[in-house]
Amino acid sequence: MPTFQPKPELPPPASAIGPINWLRTNLLSSPLNVGLTIVTLYVLYMVVPPVLNWAFFSADWFGEGQEACTSGGACWVFIGSRLDLFIYGFYPESEYWRIDTLFVLLAILFVPQFFQSFPYKALFGVLLLTVFPIIAAVLLLGGILGLPPVETGKWGGLTLTLVLAFVGIVAALPVGVLLALGRRSEMPVIRTLSIVFIELWRGVPLISVLFMASVMLPLFLPEGTNFNKLLRALIGIVMFQSAYMAEVIRGGLQAIPGGQIEAAKALGLSYWKSMALIVLPQALKLVIPGIVNTFIALFKDTTLVLIIGLFDVLASVQSAITDPAWRNVSTEGYVFAALSFWVFCFGMSRYSQKLERRLNTGHKR
Amino acid sequence: MANGEPNTPQTTRTPFWYDPTVRSIGFQVLAALLIGWFFYTIFRNTLINLESRGISTGFDFLDNPAGFGILMSLVEYDETYSYGRTFVVGLLNTVLVSALGIFIATILGFLIGVARLSSNWLIAKMATVYVETLRNIPLLLQIFFWYFAVLRTLPSPRGSVNLGETFFLNNRGFYLPAPVFESGASVAGIALVLGIVLTAVLARWASRRFEETGRTFPVFYSGLGLVVGLPLIAFFAMGAPLTWDYPALKGFNFRGGVRVIPELMALLWALSLYTAAFIAEIVRAGILAVSHGQTEAARALGLREGPTLKLVIIPQALRVIIPPLTSQYLNLAKNSSLATAIGYPDLVSVFMGTTLNQTGQAVEIVAMTMAVYLTMSLSISMFMNWYNKRKALVER
Repeated sequence: MPTFQPKPELPPPASAIGPINWLRTNLLSSPLNVGLTIVTLYVLYMVVPPVLNWAFFSADWFGEGQEACTSGGACWVFIGSRLDLFIYGFYPESEYWRIDTLFVLLAILFVPQFFQSFPYKALFGVLLLTVFPIIAAVLLLGGILGLPPVETGKWGGLTLTLVLAFVGIVAALPVGVLLALGRRSEMPVIRTLSIVFIELWRGVPLISVLFMASVMLPLFLPEGTNFNKLLRALIGIVMFQSAYMAEVIRGGLQAIPGGQIEAAKALGLSYWKSMALIVLPQALKLVIPGIVNTFIALFKDTTLVLIIGLFDVLASVQSAITDPAWRNVSTEGYVFAALSFWVFCFGMSRYSQKLERRLNTGHKR
Repeated sequence: MANGEPNTPQTTRTPFWYDPTVRSIGFQVLAALLIGWFFYTIFRNTLINLESRGISTGFDFLDNPAGFGILMSLVEYDETYSYGRTFVVGLLNTVLVSALGIFIATILGFLIGVARLSSNWLIAKMATVYVETLRNIPLLLQIFFWYFAVLRTLPSPRGSVNLGETFFLNNRGFYLPAPVFESGASVAGIALVLGIVLTAVLARWASRRFEETGRTFPVFYSGLGLVVGLPLIAFFAMGAPLTWDYPALKGFNFRGGVRVIPELMALLWALSLYTAAFIAEIVRAGILAVSHGQTEAARALGLREGPTLKLVIIPQALRVIIPPLTSQYLNLAKNSSLATAIGYPDLVSVFMGTTLNQTGQAVEIVAMTMAVYLTMSLSISMFMNWYNKRKALVER
């Protein structure tokens, strides 16, 4: 009895697989696309080689001072020679180790958050939000444990940017949660106060809030109270961003069905317990992208403090490029500053996408 | 329990502080008292501080002469005008840069958003790179870049970048020809208004006829003809009453034409490019939100590519796009206050900056400035709510 012998599968035709097919479907699928591809390639050809040439091939990487920059490309020597200013601001040079320690500590606590299998992840996360700020405050401010005090006016550069962003993020989230709960409260006075607070801060630009913090706060306080400039900026930033945070979280709260709260009540949980154990975990998970977007906005907005005279990364770059010892290094300076912001913001948005995927306990089909 | 049922005397009475109603009233009274005390303290402190600094309160200062010049003004202004006038100048400059920025950012944003969804891999990737780069760099840095690294390093007027002897770009700004209207030009203007009104009437008539009979009318093309054609006919009928005032190099600087100051260019460019990245994401999300089944259904009904887009996809995508789009417009308007960092004379820079420093009337000036932005944002969000209600999905 002849058995059925299937013939071996033929490979797909050469035009349906591999790079040729990829080119055909992705770049040359229609006359319009052919034209667009050609135009885009031409534009890329005109732009990319000169930029690469400027940034890498004909750039000056090593040397001292303006004299080392002779090749006509980017003068990265400038960044190298001013790196201390960009990172530490005017912090005394003998105390740089304190900031370095903090950077290392931050990295140790934060980097494991990216790895799912790391065993002490939750512990590290809690340490990051509780113990780390205390250590950071002690190390940065000094004045105890035999550390010489460093006044906040000397803080600057990347250190100051990170301080502003970290304090802003750590403070804006809880305040935002409280405001969001207040806005959905059944008590009319609390609700009205929350709405007024949120809409007031959301309606004005951050600059005017910072101006207000630097011009009006001294007026509001009893005579003779001297308020730290950094603290004033921080108050402004936290007020402003917590209002945005509240609106994001409110969106999450609205998405939780009323049955959840009723179920919590039926179990005999108090208001705060039902919020903390039932509603908020679900609501916050829903709005992770929005929360991280607010964090990113906050991080970018820290640059605005240079307008009220604080010395963040951008301000330090700005002051360094106007130094007459260097000629025309503004592009290099801005590229450096942009890159340092971009790394943090892009990292945050990628982290949020990862978190969102992992926490997605919804029913996938 | 409150009316004390007689047959259960052993039930322990709930202490009043466990009563939700009592608690809620207690909390609210406490909150109100705290806020009241807070504002009272602030008010008292402010009065004391102002008195000790010798600043009188009130809005009388608005009539005093300002005594400082402003780089750019849309209305007549010089040092002799009052502080109140500086408010108007700043406000108009803010409105100008916001309006132009919204216009450019919308066009760019829609283009890039569509490009991100393009079937052309190269275009889609380039759009992605654009969005991911610009979104993650602070706006202030971008403004600085355009102003200090690009526009400030341009050649002086003598070495201007010359575009066909009509447009000139140098470190003093961008010079373009100014239109000079002669007598009779107003007729063309009237014709333009007439064309717009006629188009509106036509659109209403066409939509009513469509509702009644189902017959369509090419409103777009006839409207285009009315809005563009009528003024053109009027313009040429009056003998083309328009000449151009070209900028020309006289000595060290340009004379004539319209000068766009570099501060405005840098701010406008940075604001538009930055906001366009956000708008692109909104547009992309809006288009993706319309499920592919809608396209297939439209095709099954026999609609071609154009009508599918116009009648099925875009109306549904707009419902998702418009609310976040308005909040981006609002952000752009608020971000225009970053002008103060490069010296573009907007409301914050002129009024909350120079005027405040000169007069010291911090409370009044900050309140006025914030009131402007608040009015703007509250009215836009009111419009948004109205629009949302109109366009919201009507479900049975």
